[in-house]
Amino acid sequence: MTNNDQPTILKPDRDVGIIGYGAYVPRYRLPASEVARVWTGGQGGTPIKEKSVPGLDEDVVTMSIEAARNALARAGDVDPALIRAVWVGSESHPYAVKPTSTIVAEAIGATPHTQAGDWEFACKAGTEALQAAIGFVGSGMARYALAIGMDTAQARPGDALEYTASAGGAACLVGPAEEALAVFEGSFSYVTDTPDFWRRAYQHYPSHGGRFTGQPAYFKHIAAAAQGLMQALGTEPADYTHAVFHQPNAKFPQTAAKRLGFAPEQIKTGLLADEIGNTYAGSSLIGLTAILDVVAPGDRVLLVSYGSGAGSDAISLRVTEAVPERRRRAPMTRDYIARRVEIDYATYARFTRKLRK
Amino acid sequence: MRDVAIIGVGQTKVGEHWATSLRHLALEAVQAAMADAGVTRADALYVGNMLSGELAGQEHLGALVADFAGLRGIEAFKVEAACGSGAAALRMGYVAVAGGLADIVVVVGVEKMTDMLGPDTTAALAMAADGDYEAAQGASFVAINALLMRRYMHEYGYNHQDFAPFAVNAHRNGTNNPHAMFRFPVTAERFARAKMICDPINLLDSSPICDGAAAVVLAPADAARALSAAPIRIAASAVGTDALAVHDRRDPLVLDGAVLSTRRACEQAGIEPQDVDLFELHDAFGIMAALSLEAAGFADKGQGLRLALEGEIGIEGRVPIATMGGLKARGHPVGATGVYQVVEVVQQLRGLAGANQVPNARTGLAQNIGGSGATVVTHILERME
Repeated sequence: MTNNDQPTILKPDRDVGIIGYGAYVPRYRLPASEVARVWTGGQGGTPIKEKSVPGLDEDVVTMSIEAARNALARAGDVDPALIRAVWVGSESHPYAVKPTSTIVAEAIGATPHTQAGDWEFACKAGTEALQAAIGFVGSGMARYALAIGMDTAQARPGDALEYTASAGGAACLVGPAEEALAVFEGSFSYVTDTPDFWRRAYQHYPSHGGRFTGQPAYFKHIAAAAQGLMQALGTEPADYTHAVFHQPNAKFPQTAAKRLGFAPEQIKTGLLADEIGNTYAGSSLIGLTAILDVVAPGDRVLLVSYGSGAGSDAISLRVTEAVPERRRRAPMTRDYIARRVEIDYATYARFTRKLRK
Repeated sequence: MRDVAIIGVGQTKVGEHWATSLRHLALEAVQAAMADAGVTRADALYVGNMLSGELAGQEHLGALVADFAGLRGIEAFKVEAACGSGAAALRMGYVAVAGGLADIVVVVGVEKMTDMLGPDTTAALAMAADGDYEAAQGASFVAINALLMRRYMHEYGYNHQDFAPFAVNAHRNGTNNPHAMFRFPVTAERFARAKMICDPINLLDSSPICDGAAAVVLAPADAARALSAAPIRIAASAVGTDALAVHDRRDPLVLDGAVLSTRRACEQAGIEPQDVDLFELHDAFGIMAALSLEAAGFADKGQGLRLALEGEIGIEGRVPIATMGGLKARGHPVGATGVYQVVEVVQQLRGLAGANQVPNARTGLAQNIGGSGATVVTHILERME
């Protein structure tokens, strides 16, 4: 803060950026019509077309490693030992006690001289980790830091969220601006105590406040973070080639974008919810990776996450000359979305262990 | 007994007031009503409310609201009669002024329903039914009304779509009411496609879960002229009751409590139901609107729906109902609803109902129902010449 009244954006003294990114989405897809068939006799609309489902041998650890390896591949000849933080944001860490991040750090060769930790802030745990990584690198304490948002989201069978709660996410390797494919221009967060969605210890499925999750939760925080950032940077919606807003379904991000003054073309590339569902902590970050797969040098990108409980991080990026060559080094986000195996509700119930033997 | 008049009315917008507490909602309505009446003090305050204990962990609303409204010290308590709480509180205010025990009385109905999750609110609402024989068996309120609607359709040969005019009329009127929760029209086609809630009740057959508060200020009628430019006389205040459980009723498709309540009110006012210019009825569900029209004497048994189908429930119709949106479109903050109905009748009789004004309205009937018909509170209001 520069003075006592006006919060300023988060921006480190040293310019930093994304030097490698990677997405991961499991191959299985459950059509929303399958959920409707089982629970409503097919009546009523569905919030998306279909969602991704993790296979029997997949969890946040394996998926994070996939995304991290893609990020490292794009970064090029980065020595993994120089990655001084491996941070995984998720609400479906396989262990209640035992970090996901140590397993990921070990798998990519970042151990032993690294920070490792798991982040929890509902669907914005990934961008929370990303902002910490920006600070870590921006302060000079680390040359590289890895932030991941990844989930295998759980929803109570028959609940409205079962249509959308899905699996996937993305990893961002943060490093010095001179090595970056996209440079951070600044970020801005908006956080309040708003209980719209939660899960207590020992509960298997989360609870949510129904319509309360909309206006006073998602829309309020998304708008405040986005407007605060754009005001501080002096930017307008028209300045951004692409924007991605947390996508719990297909409708919310489109409504938020429209209210903020973004055109449908600006959010089209990052809007994946209709095809893969809500990947929770991965949701806004995987929209970003889909955007980075197609952007041109000089493009500006706005990302706004939302995590229940509640808060939003708005992050502004400017794409560099490095992106066209760098993005070819790993599978594109769209490659994962196209790698599609449709399953029925029974198989989904088995894969997600909803049937107990 | 003294004649009693309404000298001021106030209301909050009905909706999802997530950022406003129960006491603030009540305060807003009380302040508006007292400002409208031009009074700064009162002898008593009666609060109509059903669910504050269950949904807000707060009982003892009389003293709470009186204190918060700057009326600390006066007589104050809460009146509870399920969804009929608002009109029951008005009834207590009427009794106090008519009996000469108080001169200026404030009545406020207030409900805050959106702070809990849907299943909690549904369970709380079921407390209006017979706990042992209905609620404990899993019958929610919408389920009980669905049984009644199904039976009505079976007995009289109606289909579901025949109920559409109630929703269409309520939404058309709600569109013009700045205090209504739903300010958009719906069509019969949209009614046909609405999501099923509890077969045969769909989303557009149902009033919404919502928050709101409405208030009136009462005074002796002979003093009212000096206090108010447009006092409205309470020509009748009456209550009828019935068994809580539908299966204990003489005939499940006859609201005997409403028959009694309406008859008593009309006798007191010295009129026939057909003499009133509008009827604010308890359309919590379409089936309740049909049964109310019949019990109040506007239609024969099984013919309440016919009135709606023949276009007689609109502003220009023979029996205008839900003139400001009714429970369906204005909203149904349960313990506040009875006071909203009376506030809206006052607006009509004052000629201040805007685009929804019933031409030359002189007498209005407001009927508030607790449960599926066990408590029915009726008020007849008339313009003072």
